Amino acid sequence: MNNLLVLPMALPVLAGIILIFFRNQIKLQRGISLGVSFANIGIAIYLLNRIQEEGILRLDFGGWEPPFGILFVADSFSVILVLITSIVAAICLLYAFSSIGKSHEKMLFYSFVNFLIAGVNGSFLTGDLFNLYVNFEVMLLASYVLIALGGKKIQLRESIKYVVINVLSSWFFLIAIAYLYGSVGTLNMAHISERIAESGQTPLLTGISMVFLTVFALKSGLLLYFWLPGSYSVPPTAVAALFGALLTKVGIYAIIRVFTLFFYHDPDFTHTIIGILAGVSLIGGSIGAVAYKDIRQIVSYNVVIGVGFILIGLSVGTQAALEGSIYYLMHDMIVKALLFLLAGTMIKVAGSASMDEMSGLIRNYPLFGWLFFIVMISLAGMPPLSGFIGKVLIGQGTVETGSYVLLALAFLSSIVVLYSLLRIFLNCFWGETMISFEDEVPMKMGWLIPCVLLSAATIGLGLGTEVFAPYVSDAANTLLNPQIYIDAILYDK
Amino acid sequence: METLITILAGVLVTVATYFLLSKSVIRVILGTAILSHAAHLMIMTMGGLKGGVVPLLDGEEQGPYVDALPQALILTSIVIGFAVTALSLVLAYRTYQETGTDNLDELRGNKHE
Repeated sequence: MNNLLVLPMALPVLAGIILIFFRNQIKLQRGISLGVSFANIGIAIYLLNRIQEEGILRLDFGGWEPPFGILFVADSFSVILVLITSIVAAICLLYAFSSIGKSHEKMLFYSFVNFLIAGVNGSFLTGDLFNLYVNFEVMLLASYVLIALGGKKIQLRESIKYVVINVLSSWFFLIAIAYLYGSVGTLNMAHISERIAESGQTPLLTGISMVFLTVFALKSGLLLYFWLPGSYSVPPTAVAALFGALLTKVGIYAIIRVFTLFFYHDPDFTHTIIGILAGVSLIGGSIGAVAYKDIRQIVSYNVVIGVGFILIGLSVGTQAALEGSIYYLMHDMIVKALLFLLAGTMIKVAGSASMDEMSGLIRNYPLFGWLFFIVMISLAGMPPLSGFIGKVLIGQGTVETGSYVLLALAFLSSIVVLYSLLRIFLNCFWGETMISFEDEVPMKMGWLIPCVLLSAATIGLGLGTEVFAPYVSDAANTLLNPQIYIDAILYDK
Repeated sequence: METLITILAGVLVTVATYFLLSKSVIRVILGTAILSHAAHLMIMTMGGLKGGVVPLLDGEEQGPYVDALPQALILTSIVIGFAVTALSLVLAYRTYQETGTDNLDELRGNKHE
């Protein structure tokens, strides 16, 4: 039954290929894409529970024992992320049904979304470094197409920058793999970890770890986020939500995996640098989030703040802080998708992206306004909602290790997040209405229902912390004790 | 031999960096193509360039063989690089058609349009 492990990647790939042949049957396209996402949710839940009972699962392709073949590994951390990815993907697809438009749907939109999801899930599940590179490329190629699909001037302009920056980061990734292969002579993640532990983390390996950090920082927008606000504000709303929720998170996953599995022997150097980078991106993201009047820019800079916050947990590296990072990662994927959907819908109903040109929307769209309120307090970390527990645990970790600067930055950034979104809320939803009831764009149910579902998910994640606790603590435990991972891969016959 | 190839890769990276920082889109894309050449050379070098025969088992010659794994990695990454280059060339062409320029300075555009 371990063959199930391949399905979160294989199902979307197959669906994407099949849908190429049915370009004009839009109903079929929608049905299959949604069905695949639901199937993945089910598989992820089943796998999570099996991991609780049996420990880490692995699937060796072609029956080649590790470290000689490629394999998929499912530990709690990766499967939690697969689960959240599938949920977010399903809801973004629901939103796309009523917003993306026929011309996109006939140009293989759903195929590319499926390929994107395949790449994301594959990156989470793989146990081989070069396979991670290939999965990144699957994801990135799909995202290049999704960002440029539609071919408006501004999209083309931004997609050139996006493609070039990602080609550059892929190049760094290849170089890092080449150096690491030259030093340790293997590509299997568990085997690399073991070899590094045997030979000790020499300065050379620490240098290589910095190349890896550069790569994943470029992908996730940790400090090197200059490309992010432009690229995330041009694609259609549903695509921007998928990007905001998934793409940077793959980079974060890779940073956490690499620095807990390979390069954990010299934390004074590596983890301090991660802490500094995270702190600086919190500051930079905060400045960006309060500086702009364009809603899309504010939302994009909030992604950067989220990245910084999650990586503070890794830089601190205690059990509590890592649990906090995982909770916050789950929360951030859901809430950023919601935030992007809400921002896109606001722009659609108000006909402008600038805060100055809309006001009083709550009179026309009351439910919509209160959904924005929920996402705002959830991102700020109010107790009943999902952002709270992650922030508390990361805070606890920073107090335990005495990193008070990071603690201060983390919580000040929460205030900035609250302020930047409150500014949108007060300017756009309060005040005099500028849209009379006759001219208002009708709020389609297809726009509202996905937002309601995501809000329900953030409330559910906040209230159901206890339900997730065993999975998250198991994930953090595996991250802190790489030997569990290595034993499951190399010594479990 | 390793030293020589490493220096060659270094030269390629220098050229590519210069191209990437230039203003024309086409030169930037050429820069990315040269970068990928450098990466492939580095992977090959890191696998070791010690003398050995081609890794074909039914060949006349008997081992020692050269490392076969980097060759597979390079082959994969060549194909990926090829796809990305093709896509970016078409993207550059479409952008030229749409905006009438391939100067990256002019492509910056007005931020709040």
